[in-house]
Amino acid sequence: MFMAVTALLVLAMATTLVRVVRGPTPYDRILAVNVHGTMTVLLIAVTGYLTDRPDFLDLSIAYALLNFVGTLAALKYFRFGHLGDEP
Amino acid sequence: MGRMISLAVVLLGVWFILSGSTDPFLLASGVVSVLLVVIIAHRMGMIDEEGFPIQLLGGLILYLPWLVCQIALANLAVARTILAPVMKIDAGSAWVPASQKTPVGLVVFANSITLTPGTVSLSVLEDRIQVHALSRKGLEDLQRGEMDRRVCAVEGRR
Amino acid sequence: MSTLIDVVSWVALVAGGLLMVTSALGMVRLPDIFTRLHAGSLADTGGVALILLGLVLQTEPGLNTLKLLLIGVVLFLTTPAVSHAVGHAALLGGLSPDSSDIDDSQSAAS
Repeated sequence: MFMAVTALLVLAMATTLVRVVRGPTPYDRILAVNVHGTMTVLLIAVTGYLTDRPDFLDLSIAYALLNFVGTLAALKYFRFGHLGDEP
Repeated sequence: MGRMISLAVVLLGVWFILSGSTDPFLLASGVVSVLLVVIIAHRMGMIDEEGFPIQLLGGLILYLPWLVCQIALANLAVARTILAPVMKIDAGSAWVPASQKTPVGLVVFANSITLTPGTVSLSVLEDRIQVHALSRKGLEDLQRGEMDRRVCAVEGRR
Repeated sequence: MSTLIDVVSWVALVAGGLLMVTSALGMVRLPDIFTRLHAGSLADTGGVALILLGLVLQTEPGLNTLKLLLIGVVLFLTTPAVSHAVGHAALLGGLSPDSSDIDDSQSAAS
């Protein structure tokens, strides 16, 4: 039954990738990548249950934090052309 | 001082959830790390009512059940809009008055708006928030100001 | 009793998965960036909450329950900030939030 949820999540992630590829603006792509990341967090957690290895939850937490910082960094880099180290 | 102690308790809780071990050495290194973090954060002047808003805790606990109900209802509405064979979208944006007195209250209000599917806060000023909504009804509900009042109540309880 | 919990958790998991697919469908179907933000927040709230609820009900109460709750708290604190940041950046980037009244023939083509 975890298989069904995994399949649904993979289907949703594949569909989100359509928006990443199509654009048209960079904001669409960044948003789609962020939603894709949120789904990945849950996919990692569900995979942990599917293979009976609850340690995967730690990876899930780490990915949730990375996804947040990564999206904001990509957004900032796109907007200003650097990450704040230039005058 | 109370704020520093509550920050230390929260950090220790997170340390324990992540390590999950009662080994004395790990617990002791947890205590040392938490103390270091609290001291550094104190020296940076980050432990104030904006950096660690524990004073909102009581109000938030009363506010969250209502917010969860709103989110559930909005989820159904947005899902129905997306799944409809013929999409009817009357999206638009408008300014919604925000009467919170503190920056933290304003953040709670803006985050609540964004967290509810169907409405997103686009820009935040001191006394109003620009909101984009998927349907005019969502905008009108916000402009009626019930969420605004409830977030003000969260702020008011100290 | 445990059968009841099982049924509730499976319903929550499958409903959460379906909500994720709905959100992904919305990302593709909706006409512009501001309306797509709403599709994204569908996955960030309903999908996350339902799937985590299903997983919590499948777990023995203990450390893993707390970890699942921590994932939920982290996601619920960070995703609205990202949605707001993307929306604000799109607004500053010169996209108009009021031009999304698009009839269905156009959105099907986009």
